[in-house]
Amino acid sequence: MSAHDHANEHDHGQEHDHHHKDTFITKYIFSIDHKMIAKQYLITGLIMGIIGVGMSLLFRMQLAWPEESFKIFNVLLGDNYAPNGVMRNDIYLALVTIHGTIMVFFVLTAGLSGTFSNLLIPLQIGARDMASGFMNMISYWLFFLSSVIMLSSLFVESGPASAGWTIYPPLSALPQAIPGSGTGMTLWLISMAIFIASSLMGSLNYVVTVINLRTKGMSMTRLPLTIWAFFVTAIIGIVSFPVLLSAALLLIFDRSFGTSFFLSDIFIAGEVLHYQGGSPVLFEHLFWFLGHPEVYIVLLPALGITSEIIATNSRKPIFGYRAMIASIIAIAFLSTIVWGHHMFVSGMNPFLGSVFTFTTLLIAIPSAVKAFNYITTLWKGNLQLNPGMLFSIGLVSTFITGGLTGIILGDSTLDINVHDTYFVVAHFHLVMGISALYGLFAGIYHWFPRMFGRMLNKNLGYVHFWVTAVCAYGVFFPMHFIGMAGLPRRYYTNTAFPLFDDLQNVNVIITVFALVGGAFQLVFIWNFFYSMFYGKKAEMNPWRSNTLEWTAPVEHIHGNWPGALPEVHRWPYDYSKPGHEEDFVPQTVPMGSDEEQLHH
Amino acid sequence: MTSLLVLVVLVLVSVAIWQLTKIFDLTQVGGDADNSQVANDNDNNVNGYLMFAFLVFIYITTIVCVVKYGHFPLMSNSASEHGVEVDRLMWISMILIFFVQTITQALLHFFAYKYRGKKGNKALYFADNNKLEMIWSIIPAITLAGLILYGLYAWTNIMFVDEEAENPMVVEVYAYQFGWKIRYAGEDNVLGKANVRYIEGINDMGVDLADPNAQDDIQASELHLPKGVKVVFKIRSQDVLHSAYMPHFRAQMNCVPGMVTQFAFTPTITTLDMRETPEMQEKVANINKIRADKSKQLVADGKEALDPYTFDFLLLCNKICGKSHYNMQMKIVVESKEDFKKWLSEKTTIAQTIKSQEKKAEEGEVETDSTKVVVDSTLVAQKLK
Repeated sequence: MSAHDHANEHDHGQEHDHHHKDTFITKYIFSIDHKMIAKQYLITGLIMGIIGVGMSLLFRMQLAWPEESFKIFNVLLGDNYAPNGVMRNDIYLALVTIHGTIMVFFVLTAGLSGTFSNLLIPLQIGARDMASGFMNMISYWLFFLSSVIMLSSLFVESGPASAGWTIYPPLSALPQAIPGSGTGMTLWLISMAIFIASSLMGSLNYVVTVINLRTKGMSMTRLPLTIWAFFVTAIIGIVSFPVLLSAALLLIFDRSFGTSFFLSDIFIAGEVLHYQGGSPVLFEHLFWFLGHPEVYIVLLPALGITSEIIATNSRKPIFGYRAMIASIIAIAFLSTIVWGHHMFVSGMNPFLGSVFTFTTLLIAIPSAVKAFNYITTLWKGNLQLNPGMLFSIGLVSTFITGGLTGIILGDSTLDINVHDTYFVVAHFHLVMGISALYGLFAGIYHWFPRMFGRMLNKNLGYVHFWVTAVCAYGVFFPMHFIGMAGLPRRYYTNTAFPLFDDLQNVNVIITVFALVGGAFQLVFIWNFFYSMFYGKKAEMNPWRSNTLEWTAPVEHIHGNWPGALPEVHRWPYDYSKPGHEEDFVPQTVPMGSDEEQLHH
Repeated sequence: MTSLLVLVVLVLVSVAIWQLTKIFDLTQVGGDADNSQVANDNDNNVNGYLMFAFLVFIYITTIVCVVKYGHFPLMSNSASEHGVEVDRLMWISMILIFFVQTITQALLHFFAYKYRGKKGNKALYFADNNKLEMIWSIIPAITLAGLILYGLYAWTNIMFVDEEAENPMVVEVYAYQFGWKIRYAGEDNVLGKANVRYIEGINDMGVDLADPNAQDDIQASELHLPKGVKVVFKIRSQDVLHSAYMPHFRAQMNCVPGMVTQFAFTPTITTLDMRETPEMQEKVANINKIRADKSKQLVADGKEALDPYTFDFLLLCNKICGKSHYNMQMKIVVESKEDFKKWLSEKTTIAQTIKSQEKKAEEGEVETDSTKVVVDSTLVAQKLK
């Protein structure tokens, strides 16, 4: 190939690259390269994750041994929050609140979607970069700013926001009601407003990129399921996050400018407040209009990642590709019309409860389809049990266990009695918390070579998975039972109720599992940072996968592919296809003349 | 001491990690000892067997939990009429869930074990089957349709109360940080109007004293209910969201400032009878054993022993409402209609109480401290921290 030909193959993105050199700042900090932004999201997400999980360990200790004092409380929380090693009761609620906020938004939304949508969308659809690299950079830095503001609220004298991650007013609106609703709540609202702006920019970028920048031959029905999941997730985000922003703005008005959107007839701290005519139930509607889709914003990318990893490591096509896409879309659609199942006993018209029971239980159908399709994909496979694969199978397991109890909570009649008990805590931690976390881990183990050009240590990965899997069940399975015994969540201690004395030993068991599981995450953290620098150098396609990201060079370059963009000739799941020597056929391999085309 | 303990735990954990990694390392010996960090046959074998072991672990966890903690105190022994229906639906759903859980987890983990990879094996190219997809869409759809219909039938019966036809007894439940107050509607069975703006002095529920319906309203600091009489609770909140949770009656409704919410049920068993049921006796005996053990420790440390526990129905707060959310409770007493009438007749109406208060004030015995409300809500005085 002559030099002239070679130059011709470079498109705009490549040529641009020749004109300026990357400085440290443009390469590592204000980068507009999607791969670098993905890594930035991941590392920020992991740091937030360590803080979020760490908080849960502290309040689990408080729940297991409410009468003890712990020096570690004093060391970590300070004299103000934990005098003499005894956690203040409003600080307990603050930790619960910030744990929820950090895990749901900062780790499992930004950390998961932000990382893998950014990394995989351009690489798997065959694009040079995101539609708008600049907006992508702004999106990350807004996320970073919102993380900093959220963490800064931990150092406020009156304490961080303490009204639960759902921040229901009036508790969240009135500093008289709980100290955390002062400066802490203000910072929470500012942080979340910035976070939403960041999330919207990211989502818009993902949608535009998937629609416009697919390479030649990459039709919508040849997209890997990861991309379908990220694409649909971005759409739900665009539909629902603005509603939370409006709720947050109205709450700011109520708090600071004396309006009465959510407040009415309140007597607190010895005086009647002026608010009249507002309704906290309105806030609940607005909050859950995001809040429920948010569950799927967290879960769908994890399911997309799992689909890809299970197919690759089973050396089998994902079973029911079209049904998988249909179920993603069905789940996404239904997720926007089920929010009322969080409000069966909120005081809204019981007729609405009937409607929401109906729509909620419908979600079980596409979810069942997904679960059975995963199981069928494993059937008669040639399973390569890499750590990423183990976490994916683990995800299917917790998705089933956690999802099934949704049948109880989604039924308004049964929800009356288990609403806001530990049954709910167990349910959502398994079905979205642990499942999405497994999706995150699976994605990291699988695409670490793509991100850092090195392999994670598999044995550390196995240890990490098995201990985490046992501890996750150990924590959340018994929790269903204390919930069914009527123990309410968000209690600082259960000692005020002798009725619950017989559940205390369960709380101790749960906490022990949580502490061990939490400690073993250090194995992962060590593996991650050690392998980043000293791991074994990765081959181009270590998992022998079909998708496009493995056709790009290991070393990251702007524009992803040195020459022309790859062309796609087939769907991504031609694993173990009869008539082929290898057990994988990359998407770039042209169809044989007598080969059957599965998806066009 | 604590720091030492933490240190010991940390050391133990690191030793455990080291040992576990070594086990996985050792399994490599005899294999092709590659350093590709990609699973080889050995890894597939070890992890395949572990997948099977994990299935056993899930089953054992389930069995242990069901045997040890599965008395399901809130799935049987309901103390209200509709509760029986709720419990039945709960049992049906639970059995269904356990069935599906057992089967699907078995398939998932068994396949992960059975089809663990081996060099040279080739997977089956099996990409689609509409029949299978139909089966696992339609079976859940039919099952769920059944559950939805049953659920909606029960929900409608519980939530829609025809007050004119059924004429239930009206009781107000009033929530505030951090306690409860009760107002009975009196002879006319109609609550007088109320709003927090009327709160003044001992009129701490904000009753509109000018309203004729309010004249016979009675305030109480304990919730007494007559057995066999349908009660509709009109629920208010003074400050933030609370939730009136009465688990033994399968009843819950949020308390929302600015609006009145409601929930209705018929208690079917008195407190005394409930205490006599074998399930409750066993539960209370177990709790008292735990408390006695704990008391020994407390006494040894020079602290006060815990009081023994007697069962009572409870009203507790189940919506995060502030720092003392964890101790916002009230005793509920269910008694015979006669006992209830007697108890209520000994109470004075709010109007009378205020009148006598004013009279006293005129006579110079000033006693207008509005904060002085005696709330006898807790079962056992607890000393926390």
